[in-house]
Amino acid sequence: MRVNVLLFARLKEIAGAGRLERDVREPATVASVWDALAHEYPELGRYTSSVSGAINAEYARMTSAVADGDEIAFLPPVSGG
Amino acid sequence: MRFLVAPEALDVRAAVREVSRGATGAVNVFIGTVRDHNAGRRVLYLEYEAYEPLALKTLQRIGEEVAERWPAVELAIHHRTGRLDIGEASVIIAAAAAHRADAFSATRYAIERVKQIVPIWKHEHFEGGATWIEGASADPADVAAREEALRRACV
Repeated sequence: MRVNVLLFARLKEIAGAGRLERDVREPATVASVWDALAHEYPELGRYTSSVSGAINAEYARMTSAVADGDEIAFLPPVSGG
Repeated sequence: MRFLVAPEALDVRAAVREVSRGATGAVNVFIGTVRDHNAGRRVLYLEYEAYEPLALKTLQRIGEEVAERWPAVELAIHHRTGRLDIGEASVIIAAAAAHRADAFSATRYAIERVKQIVPIWKHEHFEGGATWIEGASADPADVAAREEALRRACV
C-alpha cells in the first residue's frame, strides 16, 4: 500500500524533502514505515528513540497500524514556544 | 481565535481581547520572545516550522487540559511561524480568571505544555551556522510530563 510521509525540521533536511510517497508492505505500522525510511536514509537512525509519529494529523503510537493513503508524519523532538 | 498558528506578527491586545469577560478580574499574559544568544552562540534570527494541522489541534488540546484543571479560566495561545528577528514575539499566552492565582498558574501550565507537545520547531541561525533546536519528544499521553507541567505551574 502507499502512504504519504511528512518530515519536519532536521528529518526533512536529512531526507531532502518534507513530503515523500512510499509503498510499504502490509501489515504496516508507524514503526515499520519509520524503519524503512531509516534504512533509506541512515542518518535518520539517530532519531529512532526520540521521534514521535502522527497519522492523519493525530498523534499515534509507533505500534499503531497504518492504512493505504494515510499521511504519516515523523516529528523530531519539538522546540516550540 | 483562541488558538492560532500563523506567520503574521502576534498582537498582545488581540490575545487579551480573546479571553477577557465581564467576570475577569485578572488577565495574565506570557510572551515568548527571540533572544540574541543561546548556548554560547550569538543568535541572528530564528525560523519556526510547524506541522500546522496538528499544532493547532495540540494547542486546542492544551486548552482542554487547562479547562479541566481550571474550569473558570479563559485561555488563548497564539504561536507564530516563519522568520522571527531578535526581540519579536514567538508565542503569546493569555489567561483570564476571576482572580490572579488561577491566571498565573494556567499561563505557566500552558507554556510548559507548548514546549512539551506542540509540533513546532525552532531553527536557530547564529553567527557561523544554523541548528535545529531539539527539546522534548512529543507525547501528549505522557502523564509524567503533564504532571511536571502542573507542578511548575503551581509553585
